Amino acid sequence: MTLEEKKQQIIEDFSLYDEWLDKYEYLIELGKSLEPFPEEKKTEDRLIKGCQSRVWLDSELRDSQLYFTADSDAIITKGIISLLIGVYSGRTPQEIAADDFGFVAAIGLKDNLSPTRANGLLSMIEKMKEIARNV
Amino acid sequence: MLMLEDIRSQFPALSAKVYGKPLVYLDNAATAQRPQSVADTWTELSLQGNANIHRAVHRLAVVATDAYEHTRDVVKEFLHAQAREEIVFTSGATAAVNLVASSFGEAFVHEGDEIVVTVAEHHSNIVPWQLLCERKKASLKVLDIRENGVLHPKDLEKLLSQRTKLVAISHISNVLGLVNPVQEMVAVCHKKGIPVLVDGAQGVVHGQVNVQEMDCDFYVFSGHKLYAATGTGVLYGKKKWLDAMPPYMGGGEMIHSVSFSGTTYAPLPMKFEAGTQNFNAVPTLVPAIEFAKSCRDSQAVQKEQEAILEYVYAFLSAHPLITLYGDVRECKIPLFSFSVKGAHHEDLALILDKMGVALRSGQMCAEPLMDRLGVTGLLRASFGPYNTLEEAEYFIKSLDKAIKMLL
Repeated sequence: MTLEEKKQQIIEDFSLYDEWLDKYEYLIELGKSLEPFPEEKKTEDRLIKGCQSRVWLDSELRDSQLYFTADSDAIITKGIISLLIGVYSGRTPQEIAADDFGFVAAIGLKDNLSPTRANGLLSMIEKMKEIARNV
Repeated sequence: MLMLEDIRSQFPALSAKVYGKPLVYLDNAATAQRPQSVADTWTELSLQGNANIHRAVHRLAVVATDAYEHTRDVVKEFLHAQAREEIVFTSGATAAVNLVASSFGEAFVHEGDEIVVTVAEHHSNIVPWQLLCERKKASLKVLDIRENGVLHPKDLEKLLSQRTKLVAISHISNVLGLVNPVQEMVAVCHKKGIPVLVDGAQGVVHGQVNVQEMDCDFYVFSGHKLYAATGTGVLYGKKKWLDAMPPYMGGGEMIHSVSFSGTTYAPLPMKFEAGTQNFNAVPTLVPAIEFAKSCRDSQAVQKEQEAILEYVYAFLSAHPLITLYGDVRECKIPLFSFSVKGAHHEDLALILDKMGVALRSGQMCAEPLMDRLGVTGLLRASFGPYNTLEEAEYFIKSLDKAIKMLL
């Protein structure tokens, strides 16, 4: 699936939920099913510290493609991380650097991304782009 | 008799809906909602009484000056200060602490001296003192809380030394929600001749303040937490200190006579009110204080507040998954900071928001206290006099549902 197709699929998935609490339930499920992040990798240099939740992000370049793994102490953030990893992991650094991550707003999670809210999520997106630009 | 409905109807914000659900506003410790009377005062002065105060002789300036100076009298009565000169208007509690740290610090704090704060302070009662200590090569001593969150005068006594120049403590911590034994702590300090600044940002909202009885040397609070306009605040200072302190900011209003061979300063309180003051907003403290007093005098409000405190305290302190911080019933106000085992405060706050409940989550501008408690953040529900038991019940029901969603 291309990056655009994958994003479109998620937007469609989310359009099924009218209620906020249903969206959160879905994200909580996604968060719970996120591949475990090794405890020993939860180091200062991988930590993206927000005012609310903490996010750890790790990346690896294989065959010219970037693969991300991540974790958070907050489950809804973890659910959104799971979405982000699903969309961007395995893409080329060029694709990631050029993307505007606008689909997060399209599925109604813009509040979680407001730059005035010092949570780890916006910082995580910034970090993913930074990694993509610098490989 | 003033009923709860009469009070609620004064606050248009309280009938708002969020995400299609009635708003339950439980973030009062961050800022209180404004009653119509406050908005009206602001509008009236902005549109019909707008003139720069203290200088001009024209009619509008007299109206504006009267409104501003009348507010000083009202605040003086409210805090039971001895003289109106002891009331200085600032932009908020933070500005008031900074004023004292800067001005008192300039005159009385020297290399090797000590300032004492508590571990439970808001950042605005920590950082100005840190800056002062850096500037003066003084050191900051930290008074710890005891296990249940209380501050003890005896612990303070042990921390004081010959070099202690000032002690800064909160009347009520914005996280723990416990009324500190401020009067006893002041007495302990005064025995050694050490002045005390009390951060009353929460304290002034939750009970009568009598600065003469408390005998504190400084008392600060913000208008916006007390239903008044943002950008208003008060520094109460004993005249003997304010007289001895040098001006904080220079400019218009604070001078007596300006000349290049030497400027003389205005007497109190103008000495500390440099530049154009927030004269449209300061008078909103009058209806705000009137409202606060009417709540204190209302049996209906007091009964409801007691019922909320009793009910929420009982639920949170008994819940097997919940840790309530500041768990001392006798000195508790209806401000509850807590954590839920296995559920992150951010998740809970996000879910509760969608249920219509506005809470605060995170470090609440008290990072050192979070470290002390060993948490990365907490959830806080803080009630105001317009909140109802029904809202408290809805909050608890929603919290229960949110916990179930997350675990």
